[in-house]
Amino acid sequence: MVIMEPVARHDKMETKPTDNAGTSPTALKLRTRNVNVFYGDKKVIDNVSMGIAEKTVTAFIGPSGCGKSTFLRLFNRMNDYIDTFSKEGEILIDDREIYAPGVRVEELRKQVGMVFQKPNPFPKSIYENVAYGLKIQGIKKKTVLDEAVEASLRSAALWDEVRDNLNKSALALSGGQQQRLCIARALAVKPSVLLMDEPASALDPIATSKIEELIHELKHAYTIVIVTHNMQQAGRVSDKTAFFYLGRLIEYNDTKKLFTSPDHEMTENYITGRFG
Amino acid sequence: MEEKQMTNLERELASLKKEIVGMMELVFNQLERAEKAFTERDMSLAREVHHFEKLVDGADLHIDKECENLIALYNPVAGDLRFVLAASKIISHLERVGDHADKIARYIRKRQIQDPFDKALLKAVRFADMFDLAQEMLEIATQAFIEEDGGLAREVFGLDIQMNEIYSNALTEMHKHASQTKSGNVLYLFSVVNKLERVGDMAKNIAEETVFYLEAKVLKHRKVKHVKEL
Repeated sequence: MVIMEPVARHDKMETKPTDNAGTSPTALKLRTRNVNVFYGDKKVIDNVSMGIAEKTVTAFIGPSGCGKSTFLRLFNRMNDYIDTFSKEGEILIDDREIYAPGVRVEELRKQVGMVFQKPNPFPKSIYENVAYGLKIQGIKKKTVLDEAVEASLRSAALWDEVRDNLNKSALALSGGQQQRLCIARALAVKPSVLLMDEPASALDPIATSKIEELIHELKHAYTIVIVTHNMQQAGRVSDKTAFFYLGRLIEYNDTKKLFTSPDHEMTENYITGRFG
Repeated sequence: MEEKQMTNLERELASLKKEIVGMMELVFNQLERAEKAFTERDMSLAREVHHFEKLVDGADLHIDKECENLIALYNPVAGDLRFVLAASKIISHLERVGDHADKIARYIRKRQIQDPFDKALLKAVRFADMFDLAQEMLEIATQAFIEEDGGLAREVFGLDIQMNEIYSNALTEMHKHASQTKSGNVLYLFSVVNKLERVGDMAKNIAEETVFYLEAKVLKHRKVKHVKEL
């Protein structure tokens, strides 16, 4: 199903390379090579190389401060807003270096959508929230916008709940609905990658379940990377899981393998709650 | 990395293990008493076996519920999950060993065996050896689980090969004996020998589950002639 590069090796930690046996060639959508990230002098990502296959769900797990969200945000250059941020190594989407001179960040973010921990709808109507990105792109034709709004809301499994109230304020929706609206907003500009940073951590179990179902549906069309602190959620939604610790990629493995018999003792200790 | 003190889950798992070890002791006592009850036609011991049977059944139900609770409440993963899965299966195998011991003792409780067994037949069948081997297998499987020793668990597989050889020979001997005599005792002997062979299988299953828990290796359903293959 997936080809990936071996995990970063650190002799001191005796990190084992991920076993690639049994995997078959699939296009890599995202790839990093020897990536280091610094905030000022502090190294927060340490020599991480990994490949993420197209149309799969990959979960990043690890204790707070391990660098998983920083690593996620590399893929849409969200870290660029941090003054002290600098990085080394290659980050490629479809084999194209996204930090190369001449890459337009706005274009990149059309391709790489993002959903955050807390739903952050604009204080506008449901319709305007979804149409926002398209209008920014200069699309004004109502029929085009209408079609895109409906398609995005359908993809985000929200259409049936809001179709009669599209002009209602997005802020009147429940937390779970707001998060799906944010997903619809991200989908409207037709990205191929969706980054999710703890998208269900502020939601109740029913809303969480809907988001997870949605992720399952969306992976047929999108490459999804999700940061989560919820081990069971990582197990339920992802094909691959990457465990980070102190900025290092300790283990990157099939999710089933990682949660039943991880290759690395540190992974086992973390997922079984022995530390973290 | 700073290791934490024992977590709630670890405490629960330790408690679960203790209960399983207790159940193993009960079953071992059952099997030991069943041997004496059968060979010495001792009614008192046969009744004790049945008393233990009730305790074993109770432990089986209780531990099974504990496993269910652990999965529902703690969502164990990796080694913890394998332990709970193995525990759930091990108690099922133990309960069956207990059943076999109880059924062996039942022949005495129901006074179904009137005449003493032909000593030459018992010797030819290696009846005492089978009982000893079944108990040894169960003891080693138990010890491997308690000490979390995959190497020790693998010793059970070698003993199971021995058990199967003795069993095969016993069938031949009983067949010969049955064609030469009209005594019905051979049928009871046949039944007990069958049960002992099954006890060996159960001990092997317990050892397999221990290896699964410790090493994440699935050994069941493998046809092996030499333990080295495992």
